Amino acid sequence: MNGAEKKRGGWSWWYLLFVIQFAVALWPPLYNKAEPAFIGMPFFYWFQLAWVIVSAVFTAVVYFAVKE
Amino acid sequence: MQDLNWVALTIFVLLFGFITWLGFAAARWRRGDLDQLHEWGLGGRRFGTLITWFLVGGDVYTAYTFIAIPALAYGAGAVAFFAVPYTIIIYPIMFLVFRRLWNVCSKHKYITAGDFVKGRFGNRWLALAVCVTGIVATMPYIALQLVGLQVVIGALGISGTGLAADLPLLIAFVILAAFTYSSGLRAPASIAIVKDTLIYLTAFVAIIVIPMQLGGFHKIFAAVPAQKLLLAIPGPNTTGAYSGYATLALGSALALFLYPHSLTGILSASSGHVVRRNAAMLPAYTFMLGLLALFGFFVIASGVDKLPEYAAGFKQFHNNFAVPALLLHSFPSWFVGVAFAAIGIGALVPAAIMSIAAANLYTRNIHREFINKNPTDKQEARVAKLVSLIVKVGALVFILFVPTQYAVQLQLLGGIWIIQTLPPVMLGAYTRWFNAWALLVGWAVGMVAGTAMAIAVNLTNTYPLSIGGHGFPGYTAVYTVILNLVIAVVLTPVFNAMGAARNSADQTVAADYYH
Repeated sequence: MNGAEKKRGGWSWWYLLFVIQFAVALWPPLYNKAEPAFIGMPFFYWFQLAWVIVSAVFTAVVYFAVKE
Repeated sequence: MQDLNWVALTIFVLLFGFITWLGFAAARWRRGDLDQLHEWGLGGRRFGTLITWFLVGGDVYTAYTFIAIPALAYGAGAVAFFAVPYTIIIYPIMFLVFRRLWNVCSKHKYITAGDFVKGRFGNRWLALAVCVTGIVATMPYIALQLVGLQVVIGALGISGTGLAADLPLLIAFVILAAFTYSSGLRAPASIAIVKDTLIYLTAFVAIIVIPMQLGGFHKIFAAVPAQKLLLAIPGPNTTGAYSGYATLALGSALALFLYPHSLTGILSASSGHVVRRNAAMLPAYTFMLGLLALFGFFVIASGVDKLPEYAAGFKQFHNNFAVPALLLHSFPSWFVGVAFAAIGIGALVPAAIMSIAAANLYTRNIHREFINKNPTDKQEARVAKLVSLIVKVGALVFILFVPTQYAVQLQLLGGIWIIQTLPPVMLGAYTRWFNAWALLVGWAVGMVAGTAMAIAVNLTNTYPLSIGGHGFPGYTAVYTVILNLVIAVVLTPVFNAMGAARNSADQTVAADYYH
C-alpha cells in the first residue's frame, strides 16, 4: 500500500466522533434515570432522542471532514 | 371484532390501488433492461441520494417494526427503547464498512454478499454458507411483514371464516408478487416514497395530537407503572438489564446490514458517496422510531386496552393490536385509513426487497455456482424472478398455516444466524488475513451454539451468561459471534500451517475498496 492510498482508506482522527457516539449509546447507566425530565418526558427517553440528533450531526461532520 | 370501518377501508383500498399502479409503472422508471439481473435485482445501481434514503429507510423501518416496537413498550416498557441506540449505531457502520463494500461490489459487479465472499476468499463453500444463512434468515422476516399486514386488515374490521378471512391478505400478496416480478427493485423503491410520506405524516400528527388528547407527556408518563418506566437497576454480581439493553442494541445493529435486503438497498445506490451521505441522513428515521416507541405508553395512558370494543383485537393479535387500537381510538376514520395504509404499504416494501434479495442470492450463489455455470443474462434474470415468487409463496403459506408465534421465534433465531456471517463479510471488507476454512468452521460453531443457546432460554433474546460467578445477561447473537470470531482467529494459523489451500487468489485489490 503506498502513502496516498493509506491516506485515502486509513484511519482519520475524525472517526473518534463515532467512538463517542457508540460509547454513549451503549452505556445505559449514563441515561437510565428519570430526572431531569423535559416537558414531562423522563431523562431516559429525551436523552436518547437527543443523542440521535447529536449522532447525526457527528456523522455529517465526519462526512464533510474526511474526503474519500 | 368491531364493525367494518367503511371510510377507513375506502381510503386504505384507494391508497393500495395507487401503489399497485405505481409498482407496475416503476418498470419504466430510469428504464433498463430488466432481463439483466443487476437491472431487475439492483435497479441498475442508479439510485441517487434521495431514492436510496427512502429505499434503505423502507428496509430498516418495516411494518413489523412499527407494530412490534410500540407493542414491546406497551408490554415490557423501557427495554423497547433499545431500538434507539440500535438505530443510532448502525449508521457509523454503514458509513465506514458498507461504503467500502459498495465500492468493491460495484467494481467487480457483485450483486450479493455471497459474490463478494467468493471473490475475496475464493471459497465457494464459504460463499454458500453466507448465501444459505441469508436466505434462511430472510424467510421468517418476510412472514412477519405479512403479520403486520394481517393486524391492520383485522383492525379495519374485516373478519370472516375460512378462505374469506384470508382473502384480503391473499389479494395484497398477489399485488406484491406481481409488481415485484415485473418491475424488480424499482417497484419497492418507488413505493417506498409513498410509504414513508404516509408514515411520517401519521407519526408526526399522532405525536402531536395524541399527547394533547391525553393531557401532555406529564400525564402519559405518570400513567406508566414505575417498573416499566426505566431499566431495572442491576443487582450485585450481575450487569443485569444494562448488558441486556446494550448487547441487544449492538447485536441488532451488527446484524442489520448483514441481512440480504439491507445489502441490496445499499448496493443499488449510484455511488459510495451516496452511501456515506445517507449514513448522515438516515437518522431522521431513528428519531421517528423513537417517537413511535412512545406510542406504547400512549396506549397505557389512554386505556384503550381496557375498552370492550378492542378486546377481540387484543385477544386475536395480542400486544400487536396496541398501535391499531390507539389509532382507531384517537382519530377520525379517514385518518385511520391513511395510517393503516401506511403500515400496510410499509409491509409490502420490505417484503418485496427481501424477496428480491433472497432471489439474487439463490441465483448467483447456488444456481450459477452449482447448477448452471454459464447462464445467459436472460436465464439468470428469469431464475431470480421465479425464486422471488417461490420465496413469497413460502412466507404466505407459513403465515396462513403456522401459528404466528413460530414466525416470531424464527425471526429471532434469524438474527442470531445472520450475524454469523459478520467475519467474512464485514471484516472481509478490511482484510483477507483469515483462512476461508477457519471462517467456515467459526460460522458453523456460531450457528450451532447460537441455536442451542436460544433454545436453552426458550427462544428469547437474552442468554444469562455467567463468568466466575458474575452474571452478564446479554443478546445471544453478540456472544456467539464473538465465539465465531475467536475460532476463526485461532484456526486461521492452524489451517494455514496445515497447508489447507490458502486457496486461489483474492480477486480484489486494496484500491477497489476506495472509489
